[in-house]
Amino acid sequence: MFAIALKMLFHDRAKYLGLVLGVAFSTLLINQQLGIFIGLITRAGAVIVDVPQADIWVMDSGVKNLDTIFPLRDTELGRVRGVPGVDWAVPLYKSNVTIRTGNGELEASLLIGVDDSTLIGLPPEVVMGNIDDLRRPDAVAVSVDGFRKVWRNEPLSLGNIAELNDRRAVVVAILKDSPKFTSSITFFTRYSQALQYTNNGRNQMSFIVARSAPGMTPEEVSRNIVSRTGLQAMSAKDFRYKAIMYVVQNTGIPISIGTVVALGVLVGIAVVGLMFNLFVLENLKQFAVLKAIGTSNLRLIGMVFLQAAVVGFVGFSVGLFGATMFFETAGKSPTFQGFYLPWYVAAASGAVAATIIVLAALLAMRRVLFVDPAIVFRG
Amino acid sequence: MSGQIAVQCEGVIKDFGSGSVKQRVLHGIDWQVPIGATTFLVGPSGCGKTTLISIIAGLLTPTAGSVRILDQDITKMRRSRVVKFRANRLGFIFQQFNLLPSLTAVENAAVSLVVQGSTLAAAKRQASVLLDRLGMEHNKFKYPNQLSGGQQQRVAIARALVHNPQIVISDEPTASLDAETGREVMELLGQVASAKDRAVIVVTHDNRIFPFADYIATMSDGRIDSFRKNST
Repeated sequence: MFAIALKMLFHDRAKYLGLVLGVAFSTLLINQQLGIFIGLITRAGAVIVDVPQADIWVMDSGVKNLDTIFPLRDTELGRVRGVPGVDWAVPLYKSNVTIRTGNGELEASLLIGVDDSTLIGLPPEVVMGNIDDLRRPDAVAVSVDGFRKVWRNEPLSLGNIAELNDRRAVVVAILKDSPKFTSSITFFTRYSQALQYTNNGRNQMSFIVARSAPGMTPEEVSRNIVSRTGLQAMSAKDFRYKAIMYVVQNTGIPISIGTVVALGVLVGIAVVGLMFNLFVLENLKQFAVLKAIGTSNLRLIGMVFLQAAVVGFVGFSVGLFGATMFFETAGKSPTFQGFYLPWYVAAASGAVAATIIVLAALLAMRRVLFVDPAIVFRG
Repeated sequence: MSGQIAVQCEGVIKDFGSGSVKQRVLHGIDWQVPIGATTFLVGPSGCGKTTLISIIAGLLTPTAGSVRILDQDITKMRRSRVVKFRANRLGFIFQQFNLLPSLTAVENAAVSLVVQGSTLAAAKRQASVLLDRLGMEHNKFKYPNQLSGGQQQRVAIARALVHNPQIVISDEPTASLDAETGREVMELLGQVASAKDRAVIVVTHDNRIFPFADYIATMSDGRIDSFRKNST
């Protein structure tokens, strides 16, 4: 009977294609939008990810995210270093600067100032150059995507000169960093050099990044720092979560993307549900014939579910392939860099596709179950 | 009439609707259909022929009365047993052929065996032999929309007989066919369906095919007025 069910399904190619495309479209939309959403909000914590050596972040008690910063006094660094459980602690500077690009245009850029002596705070992956050269005067490192945006159409190279807030900066290294939420151009330099670019004088420390001593958890040490200094301190993991949640709770991103995802689900249910219902309706007389000649309701239900399952599986596969291709292709562009399709999003979309199919099948099944087989005797 | 009875209806009543809109369609039918013969059930439109054969086929439940088929009271059977009974003991030929448009002629003819549990491949082999007997050897792999009305009815006959049922119920088998094709179909039906252990019930009001009947039951207003051996 299942062979007959499949032949019935594939016979009306237009309807079969419509059903498959309905599921595929819904799957594609869910995966693409949720992938972008997760990629986008993950960027909110990119600066934290780029300092893997530190497991504790210390900041002013009023700081809620990485972008709204209240500078710390230089003396706070010494106090944090004195807290029991702190293995080491170094300053980190973060600010926005204006950069003049190779063709004279101005671009907003992020400037990260790292500890002068240890250079802790730099992303670990060096694409070109030597980070020790950052100790030279006016030396900066730039992110790969930043380089490509500032010096368009030029191959990656060292020695390029930029103007950061009208001051000379020489590129001595190119680094691979995590894509940021606000800007794709990031410059890295020493802490002391960063203060010169921003001309802000003393007491400009954005964060103190620290490492918990062996045998202690970052959470324990963070609690010690809070109680002893009155500053805000938390593990890198918690701070990243807080930064991400700030974006989720204070921007329209979740609502706008959530709306598109909800539409994808609704359109999927509506289109597939209605089309599958129509498909069964058009084949109702065939089901009635099968019923009349002795097919049990259980087998008819099996046939309908098989047809729905095939539509769901093929549609989901097509949609998932489309979404994968999107991230594979678009992921190469700096705009979408770091965006990917998490397995749990794919799994969730699979669950949605299954729900769509089950609902469509249940809706259609009613008709099959209640069709009067005696209609076959009516002309 | 031979001694054996294929179908025995006793006091079969069928009402549709209830209360003030209740309509009695069958008024206590008593009827016996013999085995080894072709029995025609004739009468004007709306007299209750289709309702009666729907009840005999187990597709409708009578309001009152009993229907025994091959000595089994189908009105007392559980629904699931009736469905199995239909699959194993009955064959159907419909006015509109009711072939599945997504299946080829041989696949359509094989459906009754597939319903019984055969694989499609095995069922097709059996159906193919029967279609050859029905003169369809060159059209077995065509879809219903590629076949003429007469050819479609041959496929429908094959589907009704492929699983070797003991009762074949045929509803207006010639109504959608021209006179010549109708006569051919009835000849074929007579050749392949007639057997001493099988009963063929044909519902029709096409008097051109009356000569093919062994017995004729005449219905009007939900009652069987007469049941006689055919002398034409």
